[in-house]
Amino acid sequence: MSAPLSLGPARSVPLSAVNPVAQLTAVVVVTVVLLICGDLVTPLVVLAAELALLPAAGLTRPADVARRTWPLLLSALGITWVNVAFGSLEGAAAWQSGATWGVRVIALALPGVLLVASTDPVRLADALTLHWRVSTRFGYGALAALRLVPLLATEWESIRLARRARGVDAGLDPVAGARLLAGTAFTLLVGALRRATRLATAMDARGFDSGVARTNARGSVLRPRDGWFVAGAVAVCTVAVTASVLTGAWHPVFS
Amino acid sequence: MKKGHVPSHDTLRAPRGPGTRPVQHVAVAPATVRFAGWGFRHASRRAWAVRDVDLAVLPGERVLLTGASGAGKSTLLRALGGLLEPESGDVAGELTVDGAVPDRRRQRVGMVFQDPDSQLVMTRAGDDVAFGLENTGTPPPLIWSAVDTALDAVGFTLGRDRATAALSGGQKQRLVLAGALAPRPGLLLLDEPTAQLDPEGAALVRAAVVRAVADRSTTLVVVDHDVEAWLPLVDRVVELRPGGGAVEHPAGWRPAPLRLPQRHPHPPGEQLLAAVGAGYTHRGGDRPALAPTDVALRAGRTLAVTGPNGTGKSTLALLLAGLRAPTVGQVVAGSALTAGLRHPDRPPARWRAGELARRIGTVFQQPEHQFLTGRVRDELSLGPLRSGAGAAEAHATAEALLDRLGLTPLADANPFTLSGGQQRRLSVATALATRPRVLVLDEPTFGQDRKTWAELVALLAEQQDDERALCLVTHDAAVVAALADDVLTLGRPVGVG
Repeated sequence: MSAPLSLGPARSVPLSAVNPVAQLTAVVVVTVVLLICGDLVTPLVVLAAELALLPAAGLTRPADVARRTWPLLLSALGITWVNVAFGSLEGAAAWQSGATWGVRVIALALPGVLLVASTDPVRLADALTLHWRVSTRFGYGALAALRLVPLLATEWESIRLARRARGVDAGLDPVAGARLLAGTAFTLLVGALRRATRLATAMDARGFDSGVARTNARGSVLRPRDGWFVAGAVAVCTVAVTASVLTGAWHPVFS
Repeated sequence: MKKGHVPSHDTLRAPRGPGTRPVQHVAVAPATVRFAGWGFRHASRRAWAVRDVDLAVLPGERVLLTGASGAGKSTLLRALGGLLEPESGDVAGELTVDGAVPDRRRQRVGMVFQDPDSQLVMTRAGDDVAFGLENTGTPPPLIWSAVDTALDAVGFTLGRDRATAALSGGQKQRLVLAGALAPRPGLLLLDEPTAQLDPEGAALVRAAVVRAVADRSTTLVVVDHDVEAWLPLVDRVVELRPGGGAVEHPAGWRPAPLRLPQRHPHPPGEQLLAAVGAGYTHRGGDRPALAPTDVALRAGRTLAVTGPNGTGKSTLALLLAGLRAPTVGQVVAGSALTAGLRHPDRPPARWRAGELARRIGTVFQQPEHQFLTGRVRDELSLGPLRSGAGAAEAHATAEALLDRLGLTPLADANPFTLSGGQQRRLSVATALATRPRVLVLDEPTFGQDRKTWAELVALLAEQQDDERALCLVTHDAAVVAALADDVLTLGRPVGVG
């Protein structure tokens, strides 16, 4: 199973000591600032801070980093290329605009990678339901459903093989290929719905969402360091914007 | 899911007022169950799923509930668990748990279903057992001791922090049982808890049940096809009749022995298919899923592939079925099988699907993966049509198979709406429709009731008489005894007969 999909308990890393809601708050701060800025300096400073956090999220080996970030890097490259090739600017200006977009995309998405690498899904659900009053029905329902995602990959393979065994293949015909793909997806969907129904019944039988006030065995504690973490994110953004203004690069998107 | 459901007062909720100490889990009394002329009819159906059930279960009793598939066992169990929505059908008669309707007793009931994967919620073992306790509002300080007690009760020794995803089926189901036991239910309901497990896993779960109910602090109702396995564990056996009513079998009752078909052993015929040092390693895998294996399938003979989980039985079936190419060695088809192929020198894994279906038929563990149409009749004619038969011939084949398998009354039904046993028969029939010389079946008798089991075995025995080569991947010792000429035990290959 590929790493981004499998939902097991996350490995404990230094960054795991920060409460998930504090991490999410920091993500929101960084996201807002990066969406406003339109220059290259701001996202570069933010990106430097994010890269400095990679070891704290347990991403020390280049292979691990690559495994978690390759789709992100690929899309950033794509966006840069589209801007250089099809943008209205020419020469160095085109390259600068392209690079700005690419760096922004990476700086925007990297906090998500850090969050996923350092946050246990159960702890996240605990923190969201306890601190942000997200409904337990949504929080733990989503958690239970996500747990089933890796099974879909196995199921897809066996449905595909079962179709071949029945004498159904597309050969080189693209139309037949598309129909076969749609049929396989439909069977997969039907199976997923049936399993989801069974899961809902089982959770129901265990008294989930039955109107009784739910308790939480693990709890989720907010400590001073969580506040410091958010303050750190604000500080990084302040430094980034200040640097940008001082170098004359500042150029918010709405101006 | 019901909102605003009022919990009854004899639940585990500890009083939370000032001055009250959190109460330790008091020994909860086992529940009493009473059915009086009870019946249920699903909203969209004309026939009653269950009717005229009169049954009283006393506190601490252990009851095994049996009956053919479709007799309404699962419906009855859901009703007991308070999981049947009133608007989902009509109710007749009366059903009470401790003198109240089951809906008001939901916190007294623990349930375990078939599929462990759709019952686990959390990523760690301990968190999952705690889930039910959290839902009933148990104060956090009391939860972990209750979790440890429940894990101990089922003999789960791998620790609270074990990842649930990495457990075997038997261990997962054991954990599900611990989760059901943790809130100390007065009534424990098990709905075919071992149907999806291999024999070792099933034994593990039954042992856990024995341990858990040893002190008779909970009333137990088990639904299962595998009557013999549960007999030593239960006090009473009650059989639901398909037409309605429930009969209790007297003490010392044993199920009638399985009907075995008349065998006509065949001398080994010509070799149709062989694995020659064939093994398989998943892409990126560090260990082979199947070690290099030699085995031959001959006309009129049946090979049973057995062995513990994880030795690659199903993988071998996929290689022989031409659905996967071996990563080492090869799968070789005999000349009787390759006749008429466009490229007879190619291995089965590279044949076109239509060519493959006419030569090697495969029956998967999950029948519904194989269904492609919306009608039983179309399902049977699809294979012949796909592999080059004319419409008239395909139609005739379908009619003959419908008749042979007793599926004619269901010819226009949607395959997905059939019962488990009917789906299984249909999936075998779809593989037979293209008249393949080789038939590969993965756990064909898994979770089937005795009637379906006997029908399947008879059907497969007929295929032997038709000079087909059969390969059965199975844990079921009875099926091996009934059909196999040769046995390949993976892990340690042994030739028999």
